[in-house]
Amino acid sequence: MGIFDVIGPVMVGPSSSHTAGAVRIGLFARRLLGSGPKVANIGLHGSFAATGEGHGTPLALLAGLLGLQPDDERIPAAAELAREQGLDYRFETVDLGDVHPNSVSLNLDGEGSSLEIMASSIGGGRIKVWRIDGFAVNLDGEYPTLLLAYPDRPGAVAIVSAILANAAINIATLKAHRTERGGQALMAVQLDEVPPINMLESLRHLPHFEQVRFIPALGFGG
Amino acid sequence: MNSSTLRDGTLETYLNAARERGLPLSEIFLEREAQASGRPKEELVALMHTRIAVMRHSLKRGLTSPQRSKSGLVDGGAHRLMQWSKEGNSLLGPAFTKLLASALAVAEVNACMGRIVAAPTAGSCGVMPSAIFTVAEEKGIPEAKLALAFFTAGGIGLVIEKLASLSGAEGGCQAEVGSASAMAAGAIVEMLGGTPEQVSAAVSFSLANVMGLICDPVLGLVEEPCVRRNALGALNAVSCAEMALAGIPSLFKADRVIETMGKVGRRLPEEFRETAKGGLALLQPEFNQA
Repeated sequence: MGIFDVIGPVMVGPSSSHTAGAVRIGLFARRLLGSGPKVANIGLHGSFAATGEGHGTPLALLAGLLGLQPDDERIPAAAELAREQGLDYRFETVDLGDVHPNSVSLNLDGEGSSLEIMASSIGGGRIKVWRIDGFAVNLDGEYPTLLLAYPDRPGAVAIVSAILANAAINIATLKAHRTERGGQALMAVQLDEVPPINMLESLRHLPHFEQVRFIPALGFGG
Repeated sequence: MNSSTLRDGTLETYLNAARERGLPLSEIFLEREAQASGRPKEELVALMHTRIAVMRHSLKRGLTSPQRSKSGLVDGGAHRLMQWSKEGNSLLGPAFTKLLASALAVAEVNACMGRIVAAPTAGSCGVMPSAIFTVAEEKGIPEAKLALAFFTAGGIGLVIEKLASLSGAEGGCQAEVGSASAMAAGAIVEMLGGTPEQVSAAVSFSLANVMGLICDPVLGLVEEPCVRRNALGALNAVSCAEMALAGIPSLFKADRVIETMGKVGRRLPEEFRETAKGGLALLQPEFNQA
């Protein structure tokens, strides 16, 4: 926390958790998808479903999916923007279980990629992304983040940490989950710095990893 | 300043640093922020000016164009109050009505999905612009000094965040509007040349005045009673700053009062902490519109 977290962020109202946090969840999902989504099925859970409408939560989620920042005054017009940009969206009420009351599930189709993501807005505009494509994760969007999908076998973590060490990039957090022993695995690495583009390319060329995705830090704008 | 001496984050540590070095509290907070963020002071001051510009913009918008929310619970209150004042009806003079109207203006813009500075939260965003700008205007405070006042406010906010809470879901309205008024009151005292003791007293008074205030938003929206509680917060801030500047002493150190606010907040039943399950939130709004 710093003074500009207290005198800030600059945001479109009315609620840091129901509005600003929802924009940031949408933005995170858009960046992870790697392109603007064409189809979005959005499930609102708990307080997002109950009081979301009055707080502009659906508009805020759409705005994030369209790439708007939390302080963008076009957020109230996000539904029109979505139509203009050809985003086909649908909202429904869902029960995601015993999770934070301000939670959402997003099923997205982009250009040649699709994504399922579940996240919560945990207060003050901060977010927690807790599921990606069925894998448990714990990401807050505050760091440049690497996501690697691969068949579970020995050595994956060692390879990633060696390549990062070579580039002198510090790992803030690293978590790997798998469906079962020898099944599919997903590694999520939050970094202290943005990795050079050629490092991402070399990771993508390795036979170990089926998919290497990079999400820049979200920041707070303003 | 040795950064380790300020690591415990109480207001008393910052006040001591200000006393020892003969510097205003804002300068101590600015230094702390420069150290913590690794950014030069000039850049931080410039960033604060951009935050002030956003505050001014939302304030002007709420005063000049009536804000109406989707729910209808917010319906141009700030604009109405300004018209009332322009017609010469103000009960205690135009500055007082401006204070109330400014707080409503920013809070209404927030309720209507306008752009604001969450300070410290979106729900309490009207308190600081209203209290600090209105006093600065009345007293002819230059813009440069105004930016420093917001570092004092922000620093006090960090102390409250550390010792108690700034979240209505954790501590009720006292943690949002109460904290905003404490931040504004401390900033006003310093802006007008008060002593560190007077800053501390203003913070103590502000929190003591609204100790236990619950968060009970009607329909779960940041509108009723939130918008008018911002006016209460601004009024609270200016009153407490004035009482402190006049030399009324506080019986308690600010840190103890802040901690007490945190303890009271944690003991508030959940229905009074932003869940819209208690207090005014249980009443059915009765519209009486023309």
